[in-house]
Amino acid sequence: MAEATLPGVREDSPLVALLKDAGIAAAIAFLLALPLMGFQTLDSGTTVELQYRFHWVAIATVGVFFGRIVFTLLYRRAGAARSKAPGIVGQGMARVGEGLGRFLVPAFILFALILPFLPFADRREIDLATYVLIYVMLGWGLNIVVGLAGLLDLGYVAFYAIGAYSYALLAKTFGFSFWLCLPLAGILAAFLGILLGFPVLRLRGDYLAIVTLGFGEIIRVILVNWQPVTGGPNGISGVPRPTFFGLPFTNDPAEGETAFHEFFNLDFASLHRFIFLYYVILALVLVTNAVTLRLRKMPIGRAWEALREDEIACRSLGINPTNTKLTAFAIGAMFGGFAGSFFATRQGFISPESFTFIESAVILAIVVLGGMGSQAGVVVATLFLVLLPELAREFAQFRMLIFGAAMVLIMVWRPQGLLAHRAPTVSLGPGSGGAR
Amino acid sequence: MLRLSGVHTFYGRIEALRGVDLTVEEGEIVTLIGANGAGKSTLLMTICGNPRARRGEVRFEGRDITQMPTHDIVKLGIAQSPEGRRIFPRMSVIENLKMGAQNFGLAHFDEDLDRIFRLFPILKDRQSQRGGTLSGGQQQMLAIARALMSRPRLLLLDEPSLGLAPLVVKQIFETIREINQRQRVTVLLVEQNAYHALRLAHRGYVLVNGRISMSGSGAELLANPEVRAAYLEGGHV
Repeated sequence: MAEATLPGVREDSPLVALLKDAGIAAAIAFLLALPLMGFQTLDSGTTVELQYRFHWVAIATVGVFFGRIVFTLLYRRAGAARSKAPGIVGQGMARVGEGLGRFLVPAFILFALILPFLPFADRREIDLATYVLIYVMLGWGLNIVVGLAGLLDLGYVAFYAIGAYSYALLAKTFGFSFWLCLPLAGILAAFLGILLGFPVLRLRGDYLAIVTLGFGEIIRVILVNWQPVTGGPNGISGVPRPTFFGLPFTNDPAEGETAFHEFFNLDFASLHRFIFLYYVILALVLVTNAVTLRLRKMPIGRAWEALREDEIACRSLGINPTNTKLTAFAIGAMFGGFAGSFFATRQGFISPESFTFIESAVILAIVVLGGMGSQAGVVVATLFLVLLPELAREFAQFRMLIFGAAMVLIMVWRPQGLLAHRAPTVSLGPGSGGAR
Repeated sequence: MLRLSGVHTFYGRIEALRGVDLTVEEGEIVTLIGANGAGKSTLLMTICGNPRARRGEVRFEGRDITQMPTHDIVKLGIAQSPEGRRIFPRMSVIENLKMGAQNFGLAHFDEDLDRIFRLFPILKDRQSQRGGTLSGGQQQMLAIARALMSRPRLLLLDEPSLGLAPLVVKQIFETIREINQRQRVTVLLVEQNAYHALRLAHRGYVLVNGRISMSGSGAELLANPEVRAAYLEGGHV
């Protein structure tokens, strides 16, 4: 390969090393691409035929070869620059982020508030925004457990599922309204969070991750198998839609009911329901953020962060680690429960399919990629991981490829997460001894 | 004020403390010296109930605290600056101090903060800096300051001189004396730096293999040939 093209050059010459490295990468790419891209099955009615696409394999191999060379050269230069000025770049970026934040955050909230009335916003856009906001809420909920308290939870989707099923079952069985079910679902999820918390309190890091992973699967398996209550794999359909303070969003309301559009003298449009749902989740998301920011400044929030930093030191300062961890689990779970009930009412149909491990992984990826403990980071990471794949549906074939590449790139360039700057919760004026 | 009688502590099946008797009277600075692995830190941790003594009794102001959970012991007025400082590196100096105070009510926070900043002026200059970016000496000061924020009556210090330059060690020990004299905090100090510790302390204990082998006033122990041979030769004279 590389040696053959350049005879006589010594082994350790940088050019040879570069070509050799790229050659190995290309060889791996070839081996992977041959079965993955080289063959395609075509379903022609009765028989399945194989189609060969060896030109794709060739393109991939050549692409990886040159891509690897470019990457190595770029990375070498970036590494040299970094070693010259350690830390300065990161700090500068954090400062820029801070200044932008003061302007960007209100702008972002304003944009979110008027989104449904913007000219380009149609049913699809509003629905997509709703979908993204659910993940923002889940990300913020998990951020309390993982980002602030430092407890690696791989089964967060369990609380999402509990919220969804609580709402579906309570609403269908007892006819409770969405607004009554919401706090109930939250309480139930929080309760299960505590129930999970008790046995795992002594565990940390990897061990905790394994147990929570198991918990998430247990909940899913229960949902699949407890047929009489959860409907098993068929799920629950016909979950009641939310109403606008008792006014349903339908074209033909039941006897004695007034529909939303009749009450406000509007023409019926299914869009109304989507806009309403959007505002509900937006309100939930804003409440989640407000509560989290408030908690961070309260003793319990500081205790979470301190616990993440050093458990032994916390003990010696009179913090009860048991209670502190349980509150983190419970509050994180509660927000997951809220998001779950909203998901149920939005979909109108839920099944265990929606609560698989990959959901937990995506939510965790949102928290980690955004920068542990960073609220704004969660939003940015959600746009990255949820919105982008939805928008790029045409490239669905390459979705996982891009997803993986993005993850690798972020871990190389910003291993702390996209917005990892941690703002202190207490600040003093110059020269004063006062705080709070 | 603090009385340990016949305390045995185990790590699994390994006996780290083999029947320790020790007292600390109100207003004293008592130091505990000994070689690596003698059980000094274990003794300090046992007072805080982590790990708990398997046999024997720990009494604080007449109260049996042997079986109490750590966070309750701390609330009785015992504060600990643990071995290796263990400040919260990602949190600011002020947040670290707040962590020290918050389980005892934040009512006196501003007042206590002023007091702490008079004791450690450098912390005032560094108040919004992250704990992890402080120098070793500053981190040690922060660890002591954080422990003091809970207004303890008994302060347990585990090797405050660990890994610090001689000049900084001197400064830290000076501050410990000040805390003891001006703020009337009783101090139990665990040290490897026997010379400084014995000069500072009213009384001292020597711990060897989990047993107290000697005790006496700081000056007595400093003059004792055995102590000199074991802990002072080659160091300060």
